[in-house]
Amino acid sequence: MAVTEAPKIITGRLGYPDSHTLERSLATGGYDGLRRALTMTPEAVAHEVDTASLLGRGGAGFPAGRKWAMLRKNPVTYLVVNGDESEPATFKDHLLIERDPHQLIEGVLIAAFALQVTQVFIFVRGEFALGLERVQAALNDAYAYGAVGADIFGSGFSVDIVVHPGAGAYICGEETALLESLEGKRGFPRIKPPFFPAAIGLYGEPTVVNNVETMSNLPWIVLNGGAAFAALGEGRSTGTRLFALAGHVNHPGVFELEMVKTTFHDLIHAPVLGGGIPHGRALKAFIPGGVSAPWFGPDQVDLPLGQDEVGAAGSMLGSGSVVVMDDHTCPVRASWRITKFFARESCGQCTPCREGSGWLERIMARIETGYGREQDLDLLLDACDNIAPGLSWPPQQTTICVLGPSIPSSIVSAIEMFRDEFLVHIKDEGCPYE
Amino acid sequence: MSAEAGTPIGSPRRDRGSDALAIRHLSTDTLDQARQVISLYPEPRSAFIPLCHLAQQQDGWLTPEAMRDIAGLVGVTPAEVLGTASFYDMLHTEPVGRHVVAVCTNIACLLNGAAELLEHAEASLGVNAGGTTGDGSVTLEEAECLADCDQAPCVQVNHRFVGAQTPASFDQLISELRTGARSEDIPHHGTLVRVRRSTGLQADPSLVAAERAAMAEAQARRTEAAEAAKTAPDGARGSS
Amino acid sequence: MSERTTASPGSSSPDTGPSAATGVEGAPVETVTFTLDGREVTARKGEMLIAAAERAGTFIPRFCYHPRMKSVGVCRMCLVEVSSPRGASLQPSCFIEAQAGASVVTDSDKVKKAQDGVLEFLLINHPLDCPVCDKGGECPLQDQTLAYGPGESRFVEEKRHFEKPIAISELVLLDRERCIQCSRCTRFADEVAGEAQIDFIGRAEALEVNTFPELPFTSYFSGNTVQICPVGALTAVPYRFAARPWDLDQVESTCTTCAVGCRVAVQSSSNRATRLLGIDADPVNHGWLCDKGRFAFEAVNAEDRLTEPLVRKDGALVPVSWYEALRAAASGLKAATSKDGAEAVGVIGGARLTNEGAYAWAKLAKGVLGTDSVDAQMGDGLPAEVALGLPRATIDQTAAADTVIVLAGDLREELPILFLRLRSAIVDRGLSLVELSPRATALTPYAEASLRYGPGGAVDLARAVVDDAAVAPAPADPDALVTARRLAGAGDVVVIVGRPSLAEDGVLVAEAAQVLARALPAARFLPALRRGNVHGALDMGMAPGLLPGRVTLDAGREWFAHAWGSVPAERGRDTAAMLAAAAAADEPADGPRLRALVVLGADPLTDFPDRRLAERALEGADFVVSVASSPGPVTERADVVLPAAEAHERPGTTTNIEGRISRLGQKLVSPGQSWPDWMIASELAMHLDGDLGLESVAAVWDEVERLAPAYRGISRAVLDSPGAADGVVAPVPTSGVSISRRAPAAPLDPIAFPGVESVERQGAPPRAGLAGTPTAGHAALSGAGSNAHDGDPVRPAVLAGPVDLAVPSVPPSDRYSMRLVAARSLYDLGEAVSAVPALAGLVGTAPLRVHPLDLDELGIPAGGSVRIRTASASAVLTAVADASLPRRAVAADFNVPLDQGTIADLIEVGAPVVELRMESP
Ligand SMILES: Cc1cc2nc3c(=O)[nH]c(=O)nc-3n(C[C@H](O)[C@H](O)[C@H](O)COP(=O)(O)O)c2cc1C
Ligand code: SF4
Ligand code: FES
Repeated sequence: MAVTEAPKIITGRLGYPDSHTLERSLATGGYDGLRRALTMTPEAVAHEVDTASLLGRGGAGFPAGRKWAMLRKNPVTYLVVNGDESEPATFKDHLLIERDPHQLIEGVLIAAFALQVTQVFIFVRGEFALGLERVQAALNDAYAYGAVGADIFGSGFSVDIVVHPGAGAYICGEETALLESLEGKRGFPRIKPPFFPAAIGLYGEPTVVNNVETMSNLPWIVLNGGAAFAALGEGRSTGTRLFALAGHVNHPGVFELEMVKTTFHDLIHAPVLGGGIPHGRALKAFIPGGVSAPWFGPDQVDLPLGQDEVGAAGSMLGSGSVVVMDDHTCPVRASWRITKFFARESCGQCTPCREGSGWLERIMARIETGYGREQDLDLLLDACDNIAPGLSWPPQQTTICVLGPSIPSSIVSAIEMFRDEFLVHIKDEGCPYE
Repeated sequence: MSAEAGTPIGSPRRDRGSDALAIRHLSTDTLDQARQVISLYPEPRSAFIPLCHLAQQQDGWLTPEAMRDIAGLVGVTPAEVLGTASFYDMLHTEPVGRHVVAVCTNIACLLNGAAELLEHAEASLGVNAGGTTGDGSVTLEEAECLADCDQAPCVQVNHRFVGAQTPASFDQLISELRTGARSEDIPHHGTLVRVRRSTGLQADPSLVAAERAAMAEAQARRTEAAEAAKTAPDGARGSS
Repeated sequence: MSERTTASPGSSSPDTGPSAATGVEGAPVETVTFTLDGREVTARKGEMLIAAAERAGTFIPRFCYHPRMKSVGVCRMCLVEVSSPRGASLQPSCFIEAQAGASVVTDSDKVKKAQDGVLEFLLINHPLDCPVCDKGGECPLQDQTLAYGPGESRFVEEKRHFEKPIAISELVLLDRERCIQCSRCTRFADEVAGEAQIDFIGRAEALEVNTFPELPFTSYFSGNTVQICPVGALTAVPYRFAARPWDLDQVESTCTTCAVGCRVAVQSSSNRATRLLGIDADPVNHGWLCDKGRFAFEAVNAEDRLTEPLVRKDGALVPVSWYEALRAAASGLKAATSKDGAEAVGVIGGARLTNEGAYAWAKLAKGVLGTDSVDAQMGDGLPAEVALGLPRATIDQTAAADTVIVLAGDLREELPILFLRLRSAIVDRGLSLVELSPRATALTPYAEASLRYGPGGAVDLARAVVDDAAVAPAPADPDALVTARRLAGAGDVVVIVGRPSLAEDGVLVAEAAQVLARALPAARFLPALRRGNVHGALDMGMAPGLLPGRVTLDAGREWFAHAWGSVPAERGRDTAAMLAAAAAADEPADGPRLRALVVLGADPLTDFPDRRLAERALEGADFVVSVASSPGPVTERADVVLPAAEAHERPGTTTNIEGRISRLGQKLVSPGQSWPDWMIASELAMHLDGDLGLESVAAVWDEVERLAPAYRGISRAVLDSPGAADGVVAPVPTSGVSISRRAPAAPLDPIAFPGVESVERQGAPPRAGLAGTPTAGHAALSGAGSNAHDGDPVRPAVLAGPVDLAVPSVPPSDRYSMRLVAARSLYDLGEAVSAVPALAGLVGTAPLRVHPLDLDELGIPAGGSVRIRTASASAVLTAVADASLPRRAVAADFNVPLDQGTIADLIEVGAPVVELRMESP
């Protein structure tokens, strides 16, 4: 059974062509969750989220309820919503921002109420011009409707939301870099400790940073109860989650699936989901959770889509992006391109990442274009080891943020899984797939 | 034009007020919008990126004159404006064409022919990625993932998605751009958000002031409470 | 002891040795204990691991960490293993505070591999051009690669390329290929200097440091970035390719470019000065220098230094022997005194001298020649009694005050490092600043209250600040006045007094300061006289009415007459009066005509505010003796020229604005037959039938310590003691000497002192000693000495508190005229700049700043040319609008080129303010 009967928690409205409008939103239960929340105490709302065991959807998978609870001791000043979605092959927040901005705003308002925050920033990736326009328009409508601003729905609770555009830098998805960027600086991640946003966040004040998809789940959770959410999925991986499927599949796209109940195989092959690999080709490898994640081979395709399950198998569910590579894919070229991405997107402040990413990229380029040497493989692994000592998973790091130790993932995976193909590149002085 | 003595270059304006330098380049409309945007944030500097977008909307790119104005508006030095802006891919500190055409070649697109599309684009436009065509109409960019991976290979023009492209549809797109046939859905480079904020803070400044004051008061109360909690004996903390 | 009864706290900071667990305030510091490589180590609470480890003898390699700036933890060179409940992990030791109970490992294989890795990463794009790199030989990247790095390069790719050195200013070149992105320079510019004129541009591997196009790195502090750059990316024009570090040797000394007295390491090669590095003196400069001080050393290398005594014969100066020159000088002086008495001789200058030189000259003038007309100030300072008598604050006390009131010129222009210290106190610890000034300064943006006054209004404004009933003169902003009153009225207040304008009588500002002193008895003062060792020269008695050790002529008469044989009977003339008396055609009212003038390394033609008077005086004097190290306008007019040794060529001491006595290092042999000033005075005395009894610098100091009341207790032994590396503040309190916290052998930022450290490793402490045999034995740190012999006169009391000043009355403004504000700028036409090739080109032309409404009223366009004229002179400048000025005040920089004329031509001493008219040229 590829797809469970689980309700569409966050994509329910997306079928309508006018899903982004206030009219459609209101006609389909929009802002009911907020109204409900406003009748509860902030603590009760937070409690529902805690019960739901809603894992953060931005990549790290930290339970939202736990994050908020840490802050109840230390009252929050700002809520910042992370809509920077730039992890390669991740395109689910894009969908939520463009197609259901009211759901996002409603979720944000619920979170703001639960945290008793009066100032929210929604950081939207700059390249989402349409998304920015949609969220801004929705926000204007929501203000006019009385859902945002002073004395929301007469509840006495006031909050201001500002839509903040990014300007094109992957690293600004990292929460502390995002805060720096929001302060008008370059997106240099801050060092944790001590700069955990919950302690020292925006302008040095306690700040909650949550992902767009995390926020979008809140209206349903408040309306249906945390327990209903927790009843879906399994273990810590509760509820449904968006999976962005791309690469060599017949139907790439974003699918909302109940967690754990579905496997990677289902996702790739089910007719209503990925629809299989084109041209009847075979699966060579897949990336289970964004390009920072180590790759899996066909032998792992039956793993369930669960955070702990994937973690135990040596990779991560990360941002929920799954990239499928068929048997005609050159693994050297694929991991070279991913390395090039990191080399371009390193913020450049710390040495191992700034210099290491560029070096690794140049070595990979050399191998792919036929100038590789056999000792390059050991060199690659050793240079990777100097960024992520031990090359274990989850990685250790010599860098400030996790971008650094993400660089080795694809290189190490490709060498471990396809060493022979590297050697062919070196021996034949070129790419056999060209 | 007045030869205002102004503040000497490199003077330590940064720690205090902004807006000290005379604004010379930004138009009245841009400046109006800029001031509105600044008012949305607790600190003027936070408006840095939105202000850069506004300046690009006016000029198509971030001119040195605009950067000096922004420095004055947010209270940093021009070097800091250049330094910060050059960190971000979307902020162009060199002139670009009217249309910035970005072809994603990251993994999902690569697996679907992006490298070949980019090669075609370079050949048909006669420029390498990063270059601008002689007529100034198109700047070609090799982009990182644009988060539209089910539309691979993915292309954006001035940050508007134009769907998956083949070499043929790409050429068609370029000629439409050149003839202006797409000017409805694709504004000239730099125009990011055409929807302006119409409510909220902008609508009622007194409300804003009140909200901000209430926030500040709440913050002060929290700090006080936190201080009190710190000094209170251990037992008292648990009971609350 | 009579002098101890005066309230004159030199410094209250206690002696805190480098390892003592006490803080600045003397309160015990909380400590934590952690394990470092298996042994127990104690750190101060909040101290970074890297610093705690270093104090415990474990040096952790680093690049980006600088102890005087905020940690950023970006280079990752300092990674160590820190264990926490969740296991051991690699952490940057520059960013992690020492935690009680933590276990830290700095030498495990994992740490070594990480450090090797970082070095390898840094080297992949770093050019291996060490043989042609100025940093080669003292490069931490080179050294650390040797110590920690991989043996060979595994990098076969092409390195990153940038255009080779680009000039980011007239002084600093940047080689971006060598840059390792540690951000020390950009952080310095932003965090310390407050001028982010350089910043990182770009991202990832393309990250480079650069300026904004057409806005060069003009900061006065740019040289510091060169000093703290860990590689050869930033180089300074004067030092480029000048020497290899291993050819250099050096001595620790004090910068005498301005009166802050920053500690420096002077480096030379083959008797040529090659470089100055700032030393981290905790109470003074924190390792920083201004560019003027850093590069001023070039003057000693000048080709045209005076090497022989000269005597004018038949209208031309010809080289003669010392004997002949001294005899000629003596006979000229004697001729003057025999005719008109001692006061017919005047001595101008002294700020260029060491304390020892100044003392010898004061003794010569007042004890042998018998004239009291001696003045180290050039009419651009303050009455000496006020500068010396107001209760003094140290720089540290100023930075630690609740409120600082600045009644001075632009401190960034005049005393640049004091500006940095104030700025950091404001930005980092919230010091409140009140500024009373005629125009905006570099400190204005930091001031909580900035009150403007028109020329002549200083006293009234000061009164309004301390007296709620007093009416403030226009245009003081009423809100700012309320703030100023509140701040002045509470807490610990320090007042910085200087000369906001040379076109306004210095007595007016001095009186304004005394108004504050009388109303705020607890307030302390920092006199902001700017020139070289002017404070030392005044302390040595080089001012009319004063004798060495901050005593008045009257109070010290008996004491010094006993020691010296005689002292002048009457108070003499100051520089302005001396020049007037020399220029006068007839017998002046205040005494005899001044017939003979001794000019000690001073240049009244560029430094005295009223240039025309100086010119007339030099022409009018019958006989001029010039003691100088380089030819100049004064030597050209002198009858006798005596060549003197320069900075870095003479041992001795100086005294800075706070009264801190620091030692000078002698690094160079002075050229030809030039002599140190004390020796010239001593020998000249012989020819005047006197004997100063001073045989060596050491002997001079011993006498100063014995006789000068404010210097009592500051013996050579004290100055030589290791804890006194940063000098000793005079007078020493009875409870003991304040000495620094710096261990002379441990530079705070080793990266900035590669040379200093290596000299230390060779066992030669880079510390200046006084000439002569070092005094052995432990320094007696008590200042409470007893009088030497029974029957001697009683040691006189040092000046204390406000004095009566003859305050000129300011005439009411004439509604058609404007009043001039003439301020100092750092780079001007004075010799300290013009003799320095690196700086000479930095002097800019001065605009005339005018209130925009005044411009409108006169119909003069901003940017247009304007002529300003007094009754007898005029000048042409470009007018710019400056709304910070009071109406009817116009401001221009003193001693910089104008389109026509000079500001000094417009100033007339004697007039309390300068009134002028403004018109189209
Ligand atoms: C290099 C890097 C890039 C990231 N990019 C994103 C992103 O684009 N969007 C996002 O929501 N989180 C991103 N994250 C994760 C955030 O740091 C943060 O964990 C997340 O926004 C928290 O929200 P959540 O708890 O709701 O998941 C990124 C993290 C790293 C290290
Ligand atoms: S790991 Fe890379 S992206 Fe992260 S802070 Fe360091 S240089 Fe920047
Ligand atoms: S990271 Fe610690 S010295 Fe650079």
